[in-house]
Amino acid sequence: MTQQVRPGKGAPGTLLEVEGLRTHFFTKAGVIKAVDDVSFRVERGRILGLVGESGSGKSMTGYSILGLVDPPGRIVSGRIALNGTDITRLDAAAWRKLRGNRIAMIFQDPMMTLNPVLRIDTQMVEAVLAHHAVSRDAALARCREALSRVGIPSPDERLRAYPHEFSGGMRQRVAIAIALLNQPDVIIADEPTTALDVTIQGQILFEVQKLCRETGAGMIWISHDLAVISGLADDVCVMYAGRIVESGTVAEILERPMHPYTRGLLDSVPSRNTPGRPLAQIPGMTPSLLKLGNACAFRERCPRAIDSCAVAPAARDLAAGRMLRCVNPVA
Amino acid sequence: MSIAVETPQEPAAPAAREQPLWRRFAAEFAESRLALVGLAMLVVVVTIALTAPWISPQNPYDLAQLDVMDSKLPPGENSSTTGKPYWLGTDDQGRDMLSGIFYGLRISLVVGVTSTVIALAIGLALGLAAAYFGGKTDAIIMRIADIQLSFPAILIALVLLAVLGQGVDKIIVALVTVQWAYYARTVRSAALVERQKEYIEAARVLALSRPRIVLRHLLPNCLPPLIVVATVQVAHAIQLEAALSFLGLGLPITEPSIGLLISNGFQYLLSGKYWISFYPGVALLATIVAINLVADQLRDILNPRLKK
Amino acid sequence: MLAFAIRRLGQSLFVLVVMSFLVFLGVYAIGNPIELLVNPQADAVERARATAALGLDRPMLEQYAVFLSRAAHGDLGRSFVFNVPAIQLILEKLPATLELAFAAMVMAIAIGIPLGLVAGLKPHTWIGRTIMAGSILGFSLPTFWVGLVLIMVFSVQLGWLPPNGRGETVMLLGVPVSFLTWDGLRHLAMPALNLALFKLSLLIRLTRASTREAVLQDYVKFARAKGLSPQRVIGVHVLKNILIPIVTVIGLELGSVIAFAIITESIFAWPGSGKLLIDSINQLDRPVIVAYLLVIVTIFIAINFIVDVLYSVLDPRVRLGAVAAH
Repeated sequence: MTQQVRPGKGAPGTLLEVEGLRTHFFTKAGVIKAVDDVSFRVERGRILGLVGESGSGKSMTGYSILGLVDPPGRIVSGRIALNGTDITRLDAAAWRKLRGNRIAMIFQDPMMTLNPVLRIDTQMVEAVLAHHAVSRDAALARCREALSRVGIPSPDERLRAYPHEFSGGMRQRVAIAIALLNQPDVIIADEPTTALDVTIQGQILFEVQKLCRETGAGMIWISHDLAVISGLADDVCVMYAGRIVESGTVAEILERPMHPYTRGLLDSVPSRNTPGRPLAQIPGMTPSLLKLGNACAFRERCPRAIDSCAVAPAARDLAAGRMLRCVNPVA
Repeated sequence: MSIAVETPQEPAAPAAREQPLWRRFAAEFAESRLALVGLAMLVVVVTIALTAPWISPQNPYDLAQLDVMDSKLPPGENSSTTGKPYWLGTDDQGRDMLSGIFYGLRISLVVGVTSTVIALAIGLALGLAAAYFGGKTDAIIMRIADIQLSFPAILIALVLLAVLGQGVDKIIVALVTVQWAYYARTVRSAALVERQKEYIEAARVLALSRPRIVLRHLLPNCLPPLIVVATVQVAHAIQLEAALSFLGLGLPITEPSIGLLISNGFQYLLSGKYWISFYPGVALLATIVAINLVADQLRDILNPRLKK
Repeated sequence: MLAFAIRRLGQSLFVLVVMSFLVFLGVYAIGNPIELLVNPQADAVERARATAALGLDRPMLEQYAVFLSRAAHGDLGRSFVFNVPAIQLILEKLPATLELAFAAMVMAIAIGIPLGLVAGLKPHTWIGRTIMAGSILGFSLPTFWVGLVLIMVFSVQLGWLPPNGRGETVMLLGVPVSFLTWDGLRHLAMPALNLALFKLSLLIRLTRASTREAVLQDYVKFARAKGLSPQRVIGVHVLKNILIPIVTVIGLELGSVIAFAIITESIFAWPGSGKLLIDSINQLDRPVIVAYLLVIVTIFIAINFIVDVLYSVLDPRVRLGAVAAH
């Protein structure tokens, strides 16, 4: 099997660098800035968490990296560098060669993402054959290995089955296995445990973390659940209304959240609240992305809003890897 | 081949202004230019059908007005008696094709609409009954409807006409028989959905009389899908009648519909006198297309699943 | 699966019996049956003889029983016009009709599904819209009129294709078929196209609707995320999903195509069972009408049954049905 030349496992390195990414949707009702000036880095063997409410642009960031943004949306500007190469400059065919190969994605609901009328082996083998000119048997061998790796016993039986014959947790493991087939540099996981039982969730999270360390891949874990992220990720980017409002390591963000929104998110996690007292909440609702205007998007809901918030704040680098977009932070 | 997909628009639409229902309906309908064209064509056709006796240059069934010397004239030739041009030529009896088409459209529309209305009434009644009473009534009615729907309309109609003979009333009977099941099925599905809703339960608990429940509650909610089906069915009925007339089993010669006109001209086709069959067909086609265009748009508007 | 098939078979037989009763009622019971069954030129003595011979003075149910048992043995009376067993006439003409119907169906599928796919993948482009507009035209066109226009253009004006009749036939598995000869194909082309037109439009619309729905599904996005070529995504993932409902519709429409062939056969003087039916109706040859109806009904019920079974075979979710997830 052919392998791409890349830095040896264990050596530090930036696998993916996103700079100033903007993905806009040009609809009849107006322009939706789904992803607005997003920048972050994914390092080898480290997990980056993208946290935000629905509509914050986190999933769309993932799709943009994969090149799966459909009209009326498109990447307007920005740089996405995979191992140094800016992939936004590539044509569709070249980008397709990276998808499922050097960058892989795991989706939220495995019942919907696996094709119900095709067998598992068909759907796995095609992922291999799309990128490597190997024999079907060699591809099958790889599939078997991938399935064992994600903890699925008797892979031969499983391969000949159809998706609906599996439980939710099992299906998600298959989806993870498919993502791992071609040993990608970057794996983007879009809320893969949201649709699963809590117990299964725990298992999947553990295994994903383990695999990431073992293979040396970089991972982006997208979630709305700060609790999950805090247990799983190494670095965090908090997104709101298409922008990253704060980023840093998980330890930094948890101990010293600076953006009022991050603070609000942390406070609303039930385990951080005192029993018997009302749960803390962030008042109001996410604004419609059509009506953002020039002010800070969080202004309406922010307890610390001041006059200067009428102009959307720029991103400030506080220290290495620590970024903040706020003129009146908490700490 | 790229398969990039247009994602459905997600942003919140501006709040719908409060407008009378029919206004909103008309506005939504007008969104499709094709549908408007169809509507315009339909209006023309209906007007022709209604005013045929007055706008036709000649009454094609009044033998006194026909001159067999003028038979089989191509379009544009002048009449030897009146000197006025036959715009679409004449057939083998000297009948002006244009007039024949006008009268033919009239008959076709009358038969099509009448049979649709009757079938609708029957289907509506049976469908509501099946939905409301459920149980055996439902099973029997739907069984019959299903069996009938599994056979093509033309076959059933042919057999009925073979047994019953010719005549306008017999054709209408055949068309009604073929169509009622569509309405019954549509109404029943819609009514079943409604029946399960809570307000019907409430009405029953309040001991409102059955007819009242059915008429005032179940009925209005079955109307949208019914309208769509009815519109399409008018087109089907017209097409079916034309086909049957073409085969010689439909309307009698005394009331020639478009189908009969076309079949009359068939024998002259090979000798190049195409206009006798061709133009009636164009008129029929225009009518059907118009109805289908309108029906398509109606279906899109009234389909709740397509509403975003 | 087997239980399902047997149950459907039972239902089909039941429907067959019911239909045969209806046909019996329709033809033998309405009006004076003797008028219907005996040659209209017979005199009173012959009528009396025929009445007794045909058992028309017996109670209705007994007559029906006799009718059924005769039918089961293939005896459906003799044609007045040709004086041969009606069933034989029908069976002789059936291959021609079936050939026409299949040719039309093949045409409709070969043209309709690809066009529908294109229209579904690019719904708002000019080609997508043109295809849709074309499909509306397609099922609005009166079949018989289109046939006339085809003859006008291809036979009268251009002189390329013969306007009527069936071409040379060769024997295939004991049945005469004409599509294997060049002359046969020339004769088959226009009638098949004429017949296919309506179904073609239907298929285009159906394929388009299914494709539009399918492309929005998550599994398509996932397939693209795997880096699969667009050809594979559409050709395997999308196609396999939309084929299931389409195959069902095709199966059901096959019966309707056989019925509509009646019109096409009349226009193109295609010597099939449809033309036979029309001629028989016009000549009051009732036994042939009865025979035709029964044969057609049987074919229909058989098609419905096969389609039901086929559907359960194609959709693995239905087939594996009760297998629970662990």
